[in-house]
Amino acid sequence: MSGATLPKYEPGDRVRVSSEEPEGHCRTPRYVQGRQGTVRKLHGSFRNPESLAYGGTGLPRQPLYLVEFGQPELWKDYKGAAGDRLWIDLYQHWLEPLNDRRISQ
Amino acid sequence: MDKPHDRGGWETDESIDQSEHPAMDWERRLAALGRVLPPGRFMSTDVSRRGIESIPADQYGSMAYWERRLVGMETRLVDEGILTKEEIDQKAAELEERWEASQ
Repeated sequence: MSGATLPKYEPGDRVRVSSEEPEGHCRTPRYVQGRQGTVRKLHGSFRNPESLAYGGTGLPRQPLYLVEFGQPELWKDYKGAAGDRLWIDLYQHWLEPLNDRRISQ
Repeated sequence: MDKPHDRGGWETDESIDQSEHPAMDWERRLAALGRVLPPGRFMSTDVSRRGIESIPADQYGSMAYWERRLVGMETRLVDEGILTKEEIDQKAAELEERWEASQ
């Protein structure tokens, strides 16, 4: 079985989103690419849409996380409250670890 | 390169038109067609998204939501050899003729 990729992150982990934008279809919008966030939840593992979109099997399944970002860090001249947050689902292969895991908890 | 569907964060002075319009018959039909096409390799959520995202940027911006869905679906039907471009154009011409005659 092609199975699933094992989860590498847990809630509270700080991560950076990859900015190596692939040529084709992906589910990671540009406004979070290269940004730093905090993993809040593991949803489970799902077939990879970047393969499914081209008729592939989507295997191995990729862990999918709920990741939190500070809105003021995402948008230029953000006018909302400083504490506003954005939550978005991101696949593990888009995430790189940051080392300050304990600080954010 | 900017992808036309990945719009969040683009700077613009244009305001966003958030007005709604009543669903048109062809939009309802297209939604229904999307449900009956065989899922999986031919038409899945991801395949459908890819089709819509491959619409050239200069056309994408001027199309409404369901027009993009329609173009994405047609592209898939042709790519998979289920219909040819000529068959689609011919049927569209027939329907248009019938519509004109009924007015």
